[in-house]
Amino acid sequence: MNFEEHAAKPLLKAVGIAVPDGGLARSGDEAAALAEKIGACVVKAQVPTGKRGKAGGIALAATPDEARGEAARILALEIAGFPVNSVLVEQQVPITKEFYAAVLNDSDTKGPLLLFSAEGGMDIEEIAQKHPGALVRLPIDIRKGLEADALEVAIPDIDGAERAALLDTLTRLYQAYIENDAELMEINPLVAAQDGKTIALDCKFILDDSAIRRQGDLADSGAPEKLTELESRGQEIGFKYIELEGNVGVLSNGAGLTMTTMDAISHYGGTPANFLEIGGNAFVLGKQALEVVLANPRVKSLLINFCGAIARTDVMTGGVLEAWDEVNPQVPVFWSISGTGEDEARAMLKDKLGATSYPTMDEAVRAAVEAAK
Amino acid sequence: MIVRGPETVLVQGITGRQATFWSERMTEYGTRIIGGVNPKKAGIEHLGLPVWGSAKDAAKDQDKAIGCSCVIVPPPGVKSSVLDALEAGIRKIVILTEHVPVHDVMYFLSAAREAGACVVGPNTAGIVTPGECFVGFMPAFNERVFKPGSVGVISRSGSLGTLVCLDMVQAGLGISAFIGIGGDPVIGTTTRDALECFDKDKKTEGIALIGEIGGSMEEDAAEYARTMSKPIVSFMAGAASPPGKKMGHAGAIVMGDKGSYAGKKKALEGAGVSVLPTPSMLPDALKERLSG
Repeated sequence: MNFEEHAAKPLLKAVGIAVPDGGLARSGDEAAALAEKIGACVVKAQVPTGKRGKAGGIALAATPDEARGEAARILALEIAGFPVNSVLVEQQVPITKEFYAAVLNDSDTKGPLLLFSAEGGMDIEEIAQKHPGALVRLPIDIRKGLEADALEVAIPDIDGAERAALLDTLTRLYQAYIENDAELMEINPLVAAQDGKTIALDCKFILDDSAIRRQGDLADSGAPEKLTELESRGQEIGFKYIELEGNVGVLSNGAGLTMTTMDAISHYGGTPANFLEIGGNAFVLGKQALEVVLANPRVKSLLINFCGAIARTDVMTGGVLEAWDEVNPQVPVFWSISGTGEDEARAMLKDKLGATSYPTMDEAVRAAVEAAK
Repeated sequence: MIVRGPETVLVQGITGRQATFWSERMTEYGTRIIGGVNPKKAGIEHLGLPVWGSAKDAAKDQDKAIGCSCVIVPPPGVKSSVLDALEAGIRKIVILTEHVPVHDVMYFLSAAREAGACVVGPNTAGIVTPGECFVGFMPAFNERVFKPGSVGVISRSGSLGTLVCLDMVQAGLGISAFIGIGGDPVIGTTTRDALECFDKDKKTEGIALIGEIGGSMEEDAAEYARTMSKPIVSFMAGAASPPGKKMGHAGAIVMGDKGSYAGKKKALEGAGVSVLPTPSMLPDALKERLSG
């Protein structure tokens, strides 16, 4: 789950990392009122995506009037498909240096990874490309935490009061990452102010979806996913449905098999209308799945591809067939069933619809693609 | 990480609904389940097997070390279950649970590394050794899908892994073992680890490597594949998936160039692996490589 800057920064503040004074505004007038209090400010679009600056979503304002104008302009923008509903109005900070700092879950080292660069102010891909030598990578054993010695050795070339402040901030950043079950906790830029203190000018936080439950009400301040109406329906019911551009409807089980079904449709010259999987514990949702996939008006044929491991094909097929009369599919349907429960599932299909499963997935896919043309 | 017939297996969380169903299937197939663990139900019998309060208690009642633990407990209990299994001296742990917080995963993987234990998963469908035993949620008992043979199959996904084994068996090939590594972003056994295991396994003559978009495990495995003489064929799911979207598996997401289908295909082909556009093409490609 992604968090917008205004929802992420309080997490830094909670562990003692300084952030600029400011507040959230939903109109030009609200922005002007904030600017009145804090003086020269920066107005920043609040959307859960990067590259806001390049999209015109960040502006400096010297006066309340300017803040009003910039806020009104930014609030009318749409950035990477997200309409801007609020702006963060923050005090301008005189900067002497910009750094990049982040802690993330690293699949290669199977532990937390601290990333730091003395070259900040651009995104991490750009840093990795332009200044690969300047990027510090410090793998951390989560059982031991971030050790002061290791950090001391890892961070080179920064001296004086600035160094002490920086090391302290990195230690606190790690604390914020741990306490909030972060997948990523990133400060970019982390700046040194004229008095040597470090201040987080931006913050990007991604909460591990698997940890939402134990993080209490933290998820309430997360950014809602951008979902279509059907995608929201899928989420409410409890399965993953992603709407795509094509016309072959897909109902499958397991993430890997569902992606493969889409790949096969594409390989045989068709285009998938959706990703929809009812694997894992969702295999009892066959009925609801059939309803959602057929609610998409672009669907010209439906491919039902079940291959049971944990998900039992007899239970999934039973669910789909139960919904059959009610949903009354108006498009041709093609079945491929194999794995756990296949004999029972195929018998049900024969009894209820007089239909048979294709011997292989590829044959079912080819027939579904042909029918959608 | 292949589980062999004679190895004893402890099921942590055996009294749950899924665990009960699958423990019965495993026992029927020949897996030597000695019992299970449920801290709240110590002392009862379940499926005619003893239930202990901890893996440590289970270990005390055995003459020999327990070979393998199969973890099927709800997500909040996985970390303590794995640490318990490690303390009980178990050195092969297969975690089937989905949605385990990643910080917990990193914690017990660090402990497992120190103990020299092998962890498979989390979020894996398990391990199948046809004709011997299986540990997990896999239709090992379905003879259309699994028959003993010489093809090693590696897959993140259980459903797709099942399809590939089915295709192999229908084409007249057999399976030496299936290793499900799991769909999570941070997992114990990687594609490369599983590949190395099959490289050293005497029964395995050829390998089907089933990858997925996202992460860099396939690229990493390609480096090892370069050093191998056994033929490898591969299918990677997700060529038709739009970038920036999580496709069900938390690990299956393309960010920028990282994790893209094209990058993985290039790395594997550069290492001499045949990459095919659909899984049904794998058996013929492997047969050709095995005879050539």
